[in-house]
This record gives sequence, C-alpha cells and structure tokens, in this order.
Amino acid sequence: MIEPVKHLTKLYGQEKSYTLDVYEKARGFSGIRKALSMEPAKIIDEMKAANIRGRGGAGFPMGLKWSFMRPHPTKPAYLVVNADEGEPGTHKDRTIMEEDPHLLLEGCMIGMYAIGAHACYIYVRDELHLSKQRLWDAIKELRAKGYLGKRPFGLKDYPLEIYVHTGAGAYICGEETSLLNSLEGRRGEPRLKPPFPAQVGAFGCPSTVNNVESIAAAPIALMMGGAEFSKLSRLHDVNDGGCRLYGINGHVNKGQVIELPCGPTINELIEIGGGVTGGRKVKAVIPGGSSCPVLTPDDVFHMPDEKSPLHKYNGMKVFDVPMGVDTMRIAGTMLGTCCITVMAEGTCMVRAALNLARFYKHESCGQCTPCREGTGWIDRIFHKIEEGHGDLGELNEVSDIASNIIGNTICAFGDGAALPMLGFVRKFRREFEQHIQEKRCPSNGSLL
Amino acid sequence: MSDMPFEPTQELTREIDDILSRYPNKMAACIPVLHACQAQNNWVSPEVIDFVARRLDLSTAHVQGVVTFYTLFNQHPVGKHQVWVCRTLPCALRGGEDLLSHCEKRLGIHQGETTKDGAVTLRSAECLASCGTAPMMQVDKDYHENLTTERVDEILESLGAKLVKK
Repeated sequence: MIEPVKHLTKLYGQEKSYTLDVYEKARGFSGIRKALSMEPAKIIDEMKAANIRGRGGAGFPMGLKWSFMRPHPTKPAYLVVNADEGEPGTHKDRTIMEEDPHLLLEGCMIGMYAIGAHACYIYVRDELHLSKQRLWDAIKELRAKGYLGKRPFGLKDYPLEIYVHTGAGAYICGEETSLLNSLEGRRGEPRLKPPFPAQVGAFGCPSTVNNVESIAAAPIALMMGGAEFSKLSRLHDVNDGGCRLYGINGHVNKGQVIELPCGPTINELIEIGGGVTGGRKVKAVIPGGSSCPVLTPDDVFHMPDEKSPLHKYNGMKVFDVPMGVDTMRIAGTMLGTCCITVMAEGTCMVRAALNLARFYKHESCGQCTPCREGTGWIDRIFHKIEEGHGDLGELNEVSDIASNIIGNTICAFGDGAALPMLGFVRKFRREFEQHIQEKRCPSNGSLL
Repeated sequence: MSDMPFEPTQELTREIDDILSRYPNKMAACIPVLHACQAQNNWVSPEVIDFVARRLDLSTAHVQGVVTFYTLFNQHPVGKHQVWVCRTLPCALRGGEDLLSHCEKRLGIHQGETTKDGAVTLRSAECLASCGTAPMMQVDKDYHENLTTERVDEILESLGAKLVKK
C-alpha cells in the first residue's frame, strides 16, 4: 500500500497556514533564497532532474518547458500560472491556493528568476474567491516585507512582481493560449501554434505557462535536489518524478485530496477513499478529469515490447498499474490531473456520458466548426438515447462525429471532448444498445 | 448611447486605477474592470460597456464581445444574491442534479430565473472544483460543500428568500 507524504501539503490543516508567519517558520523561503544564489540555467537543470511532469493534465516536463525560454533583447518575459482549475473532477489546485498560497508564490519567484521574467500573472478562475483573496493577501505580506519588489530578500537586484488576474467563467481559458488571450483582455479563444508561448506569449512577449501544482513543486524540488525529488516517485525510472496531489471523488466514502508519491494504482486510491459507497463494486473510473477516456476494472495493460521499461506491467489489470503519464497513455486514456472519479455499479453510463457531453457543448468556445457543431450533435444523440428514442444508426454516427473533431481543431479541447465520448460508447456499447432496444433507460437514469 | 451614463463611485475609480497599474497595456484590464463595474451596477448594462470602452480606449464592440464570451458577466439584471448549483458529473454522482431541482421547487423558479422579490437568482454551474466535497453550490462569493437538502433550505432562507412549502 502506498504511503501518503507531506511535502506540498506540509502546512495543510495547520492554523493560519496561509499567513507569512506560519509559512516562514515552516519553510523559511529557503528555495527562493537558494535560487537567487544560483545561475538560472542550473535551476532549470535541477527541474529537469526532478522530472516534474506538468500537473495540469498534459504531462509536459516542466524543466524542459522552462528551457525553451530565450531572453529577447527588447521584450520582457512573463511567467503565467494557470489556476483556471475547472476540469470536471479536478479539485486539487484550489487546496494549494487556499491552504498554502506562499508555497505557490515562492514557486513563482523561482520560476520567474529561472526563465528571466520579472512579472508573473496568476490566472485564477473567478469563482475561486477565497483562493484569490488568500493570494492577494499573501502578495501584500511579501511586498511589505520586501520579499517581492526591486531587491527580493535584499539578496539580489532582480525585481520580482506577482499579480493575480481573474477569469470570468470559461472552461476553455484553462487552455494555455486561450488563457493568454483572456489575460490580454480578449475573448478566450485559443491561438494557433506555432508560435508557441515561449516565443510569442502574453502581450506578444516570451512567456511560460505552468500549472499551479507544478510551480508549487519547484521550491520543494530545489531544496531536496532535483534527482532526490524525482526518486520519491514509483515511476522515477520512466521520468515521471516526485510527489503530487491526488483527488478522489464520485462514489467513494471519503472524497478527498491527498499527497502521494507519483504512481499509486487506481485500486489503491479507491481504498484510500474509503471504498465505494454502499459497498458496491466499481463499474468505471475516470482517471484524471473528464477529458480522460473512462476505464473499467476489466481493462488490461498491454505493453508487449520487451524493451520498454513498462513491459513489466504487461498483462496486469490497469487498475493495478501505477498511474503515470506514460502508463495511462498506453492504457488508452490519460493521466490528466490525477483526480479520479469513481462510478459504482448501477450508474447509468449513458446518463454519465450525457452529463459530460452537455458540459463540452456548453464550454466549446465555438471557434472551430468541428468542435462547435460536433459537441452539440453528440449531446443531442446521447439525449435521445437516454430518453428512449435513439436509434442504432445515430449511435454509430457518434464515432464519425468524434473522429471528425479529433485533430481538426485549433486546440486540444476538441480531442478532450471527443475522446471520452468515444470511450464511453466503446466500453459501454451494450448499455447504449440496451437503451435503444428497450426504448428506455434500464436503470431509470440513476447517477447515484 | 444612453441618457444616463454609468457613473463609477470614487472607490471604484480608485480600484480601476489600481487594476490598470498591474498591466503593460489598458486592454488587459478589460475583464477585471468589467468585474469591478458589475459589482457596483449588478449587471453589465450597455452603459457599463460604454464606460469601460472609453476608460480603456477600446471599441464598444470589443468590450461587448468579451462580455458575451464569459458566463459570469450578467447581461441582464440579477437578484440580490446569486446561487450557483454545480451540475457536472462528480457532483451529479453525489446528488447534484436532485439538489438543483430541490432549489427550483423551494424557490418556485427554474434555473436561470430570479425570484419575484428579487432576492435570489438561481443558476446551474459547470464544475466548480469542489468534487471531493460534492454536492456543492456557490452563493455569491462563498462555497457551500457536502450539502444536504436541509442545509440548502437553511442557506436559502438566510438569503431572505421565501421558500415554497414542500
């Protein structure tokens, strides 16, 4: 059984954990103090060694991303933190901002210094009022102490400023180029890449966009040493390092956020979550937010290539394989944000798929036709099937529509909307067919 | 153009100056300034759009485009309190959909509507990042988590809403 750790969550639950006093006594800003005495390139090397795979869902190595930044002779650089947490099933970044905002801010300072930026914007979704308040209060405390400003900690003439920026309720703004447009005061529509943000990001300047949890891991990794931090993980040997926050929600007895070394199995997470409600069996699990295709307890891990470091898991149940960026990809889904949504026996999977289809229809920004029209089309088909007047021809159309979205949109939202819909239809096709044949929902539309 | 232009209070004027100091250009202040104006005015009226456009040297078309893109800008007047019930899957698995229909029944309105006395506007929300403590709803700036129907009734009553008898 995997044991919880307390690196990111060291201060969680302590009284006034969000104040500078408590933070400084516990952590002492030793990460940023150390960083300011180092060459920026050395910090990036440490982050590469730490194997921090982006915690926002895509799993891109953070150190590598930082290394793409090249100083521009005339333009400033920006660090942008993506705190637009809104992927259904994801509830982890909020805890960092509410319980330990100074950890995130220290990470921002290290990040700015490493990539050559002097300003950082933390893009927080507007609904998270407590997170915004805690961050602003923490920034004020840092400024008053002279920890932010022209000469941080009195150590180096390297001005640092951090601002909180707010969104206004659009899931798409969690996509990094859409977030940049929103930060610039525009409609949150994704941009074509290239140019990538490291060349043309915020305000036309080189920028790096990182997830809250990735940035918050920077001070810890730097103090521990990148390689040591990476070794905390069960999947250290496949470059998926450190520890991270895992969320457990849905049909479990104890929904929660918990910090674990990278690589717990889905079964372990369900056990930590106190098992399934009502003592039922698990029917399906979404591993990391709604854009990750659904898994079932019968799914088997296939890695027949003996040369692959993941071959050792070949033939095992996916629920018993350590969750990592690469293992989940091979299992036909994604690691995403590591917050699992558990669905117990008796859950109507058509209804579940319909719930998410509606979400994607609502949140598609409408810029690309395949996504704008396709998400609505899938929603209508699922709705008809759930209501008992769908037909098989339409069910088959879902695959066509989804395939026409995948790869044909500007941003990853299209894939993120279409892949899970395909997943539901493929894994639970018999349930969809049963709805059509019986002209009703066999489980009376139950999601409970 | 309206006869009654939007007039910011002194406090709001200072807040807008403060917001502008954070960005390298005026356009970037668009969303935060709209939020601040909405807080004073209850909704983003055409007069507010006009004001923001002039204050930030933007076209009204640009500001209007921003307002219509984001769900949190009210394009019509809303109630004194705003209640958002999360309807997305993790909450729905724990009774979020029932909670929403419970609110509709007790307030006597459908989602998207405002009670006749103007006390509460009820809306459904997409995932509010509180899945581990579902079901949940947001009332103005506060999250209420691990909800039961009894607790929801208490909260709605505390907002001054007249509840329809069960």
